Amino acid sequence: MAFISSGYNPAKPMEGRITDIGPREFTEFLPPVIKANKGKWAYHEILEPGVLVHVGESGDKVFTVRVGAARLMSVTHIREICEIADKHCDGYLRFTTRNNVEFMTDSEDKVAALKADLAARKFDGGSSKFPVGGTGAGVSNIVHTQGWVHCHTPATDASGPVKAVMDTVFSDFQNHRLPAPVRISLACCLNMCGAVHCSDIGIVGIHRKPPMIDHEWTDQLCEIPLAVASCPTAAVRPSKVELEGKKINTIAIKNERCMYCGNCYTMCPALPISDGEGDGVVIMVGGKVSNRISQPKFSKVVVAYIPNETPRWPTLTEKIKHIIDIYADHAMKYERLGDWIERIGWEKFFELTGLEFTQHLIDDFRDHAYYTWRQTTQFKF
Amino acid sequence: MAKHATPMLDQLETGPWPSFVSDIKQEAAMRAANPKGLDYQIPVDCPDDLLGVLELSYNDGETHWKHGGIVGVFGYGGGVIGRYCDQPEMFPGVAHFHTVRLNQPAGKYYTTDFLRQLCDIWDLRGSGLTNMHGATGDIVLLGTTTPQLEEIFWEVTHNMDNDLGGSGSNLRTPAACLGESRCEYACYDTQAASYNLTMEYQDELHRPAFPYKFKFKFDGCPNGCVAAMARSDFSVVGTWKDSIKIDQEAVAAYVAGEFKPNAGAHSGKDWGAFDIEAEVINRCPSAAMKWEGGKLAIDRSECVRCMHCINTMPRALHIGDERGASILCGAKAPILDGAQMSSLVVPFVEAKGDFDEIKEVVENIWDWWMEEGKNRERLGETMRRLSLQKLLEVVGQEPSAHNVQEPRHNPYIFFKEEEVPGGWDRDINEYRKRHQR
Ligand code: HEM
Ligand code: HEM
Ligand code: HEM
Ligand code: HEM
Ligand code: SF4
Ligand code: SF4
Ligand code: SF4
Ligand code: SF4
Repeated sequence: MAFISSGYNPAKPMEGRITDIGPREFTEFLPPVIKANKGKWAYHEILEPGVLVHVGESGDKVFTVRVGAARLMSVTHIREICEIADKHCDGYLRFTTRNNVEFMTDSEDKVAALKADLAARKFDGGSSKFPVGGTGAGVSNIVHTQGWVHCHTPATDASGPVKAVMDTVFSDFQNHRLPAPVRISLACCLNMCGAVHCSDIGIVGIHRKPPMIDHEWTDQLCEIPLAVASCPTAAVRPSKVELEGKKINTIAIKNERCMYCGNCYTMCPALPISDGEGDGVVIMVGGKVSNRISQPKFSKVVVAYIPNETPRWPTLTEKIKHIIDIYADHAMKYERLGDWIERIGWEKFFELTGLEFTQHLIDDFRDHAYYTWRQTTQFKF
Repeated sequence: MAKHATPMLDQLETGPWPSFVSDIKQEAAMRAANPKGLDYQIPVDCPDDLLGVLELSYNDGETHWKHGGIVGVFGYGGGVIGRYCDQPEMFPGVAHFHTVRLNQPAGKYYTTDFLRQLCDIWDLRGSGLTNMHGATGDIVLLGTTTPQLEEIFWEVTHNMDNDLGGSGSNLRTPAACLGESRCEYACYDTQAASYNLTMEYQDELHRPAFPYKFKFKFDGCPNGCVAAMARSDFSVVGTWKDSIKIDQEAVAAYVAGEFKPNAGAHSGKDWGAFDIEAEVINRCPSAAMKWEGGKLAIDRSECVRCMHCINTMPRALHIGDERGASILCGAKAPILDGAQMSSLVVPFVEAKGDFDEIKEVVENIWDWWMEEGKNRERLGETMRRLSLQKLLEVVGQEPSAHNVQEPRHNPYIFFKEEEVPGGWDRDINEYRKRHQR
């Protein structure tokens, strides 16, 4: 492997350097029909799952075909997306806020050929490369994170569980049978990169053991006051220990105050926390970000622990499928999962889904916890 | 032949959803075959080793990435996330596996020319693997070595006219919903706002100068397709001030069953014939609508612009003409003090031209938070510690009932000394003249 220079000169690093140019201006990339009708759309329709049409005040139409994507993708896959866009869409395409891909064309007859082309493309292992769907009252892509592919703080993987869940709920990616859209998100630790705290169904990686303390390195690798300040429950304090006859500055953790959030590890590499048997995931439900009818809501924890069952997380996927099916059977039209639960009451939700209510689900974090208990005699037996 | 056995991951190649494992294997095979005869600048078998280390994690149930990693390009304090494998002998192809964040175009529209050029650079100088896109919005180039970082930066700036995105304690990469480009609900040009503010604050994005990270997101309407209210410290959400526009003939077409409710979003189940009373009038959160004598009426002064009726009858009901946006602040994930959604700060601002009214709010907030925010304290937490009143004051927003869900129910009320006649300087001896000890 011979080094190929780009033109950058390491001897004169600041020479010719270009900075602060930002992203490319988005108008450069708009398909002509979009550019011509921007800000002048009259209405839209969902023709079938995955296919939309937007009609401009001018009468112009743009047809959109939305396809699922794994988010983690290779340049070979991106080039295949480009090949499709060249063939059917004059070289334009876009990605959505849930990491689906959208192909747009300006006439309906091009849609059938595009769909047929997409349907024919499969990976060697048999999975679909470009499943059409993700619109309307169904399940769209799962907003997710890095997992064991790239991050150092996860308590679970991201790409694996997402594939396992999407396989299980796949029919709802290609159907509109639900009372309202169901957004599923996953984060591999409590940092919750992404949308877990505001999704209909959220999956979050958690630990169940306090961090280990690498005393020999604590004072060398970490700014100890930062680690102390990083703890939401004040379980971390500075301390001294004797190691091989030498007194050293280190950290002490009150195990009974630690709830294993891992934030001190984020701040201090000498506090590793991950653990094969301890780690797993929780399921949260009932969040939403739109302001439609009810206000935005946080998702709430309804399953306190499910082990990491690699590679397909069967308990997790089965519970999620079950929650969606019960919701589909009981909720009214337009009711998001959280709207439905608030109407029927949480005791009813646990009864209908058969999920076990355990002490872990009762909030005990600071002042706010009180407001989540029940200050009324209204409840259902 | 694959370099490592991956019996666990192989099981993720089955099923209908696009398999990331199949795709990574496809890239590994492509690099091994090297049809273009490239002189790969990082190990050819990088994707093989990624599968190898991932398989090991599937066996252990633990991550195999070392803590952190501080790498980057000269001139910037962020943009690259460094990563090193904790088993470099076993998986030398991912001994270095740094992520480069590239700033994406607003709304994520692309031409194939642009993407191909990017793939060519990344093929040569990286793993060939990406995330399209990161949750914040960036194009994420997943996996390269330290010596390639400046080379990649040189190529993207010189040959593609594209910059890095943000990371660290600074302004992160802003993002917008697709807005006016393809949605009839857009109350302002979200993409233009996102682009304009990204360019205005390049320095704040590339060189960390804040107590902690700070994110902007731009939604065109309260539907929140980019989830600004949940995922950005500074959330700009489009809205309108005048009446919803009603096309009575189109309403009649919905009632007659000619037009499909919610544009056909519920077509997978038989919900019966459209019932305007049950599905729209009675679901309006503020009972602002009336359906009488075949005519729909909306009491504009009661409407909270939740979007439900418009979402349900998009061909009959349209957003108003007097458009602008609301600014909400403080959303964040749980660490440290608990999750927050953004709280309403400025009910209505103009959102046009160079977005000067919005920038003024941004800069007033930054002036305050950069001075008062504690180390690693998100804006939302500073607001909780120092109060919403303080934020309203620095923004110059007169407090109003719009700013609260409900008034406080404890009477622990602070007053400014100047609000109280006579001030706080009192003499106990004067008091004793009226009240014996
Ligand atoms: C004194 C000990 C350390 C402190 C105080 C510290 C601080 C942090 C902080 C504050 C974050 C979160 C950043 C964010 O939220 O954006 C973080 C993540 C990270 N850490 Fe550590 N760290 C320490 C040790 C290390 C070490 C030794 C390395 C590398 C050799 C490292 C590299 C990183 C990187 C690259 C990230 C991800 C940054 C990002 O996502 O923008 N850290 N660390
Ligand atoms: C320690 C290393 C960390 C890594 C490797 C990491 C990784 C990432 C990545 C790759 C993204 C997407 C970025 C993009 O699109 O440009 C992201 C977004 C995000 N991160 Fe992190 N992160 C780290 C630390 C943290 C911490 C400490 C927090 C919070 C306490 C956090 C909260 C978030 C949130 C909420 C988002 C999503 C924001 C949005 O929806 O736009 N992350 N993170
Ligand atoms: C003309 C109408 C609309 C357009 C063009 C539009 C566009 C989009 C697009 C392209 C996405 C990404 C979708 C995906 O990948 O699955 C999205 C996501 C979303 N949309 Fe819309 N949308 C529209 C109407 C609505 C309505 C009526 C609602 C709510 C009732 C809504 C709420 C959302 C939400 C909550 C998300 C997900 C955001 C997230 O969690 O990342 N949208 N929208
Ligand atoms: C020397 C001081 C106080 C005196 C002489 C006093 C006297 C009384 C009396 C006579 C009653 C009616 C009791 C009854 O109906 O049987 C009462 C009720 C009450 N007092 Fe006080 N009080 C004093 C201090 C306080 C303080 C400091 C608080 C609160 C911080 C307070 C809160 C209440 C409340 C809430 C009730 C109504 C209780 C109920 O209906 O459940 N009082 N007080
Ligand atoms: S959620 Fe946690 S583990 Fe996952 S990418 Fe974000 S910081 Fe890393
Ligand atoms: S894991 Fe979280 S709760 Fe436990 S000591 Fe560390 S910061 Fe505190
Ligand atoms: S947020 Fe509103 S304007 Fe933006 S794409 Fe979604 S529905 Fe359209
Ligand atoms: S937008 Fe919402 S609040 Fe306003 S009239 Fe329609 S349903 Fe009612």
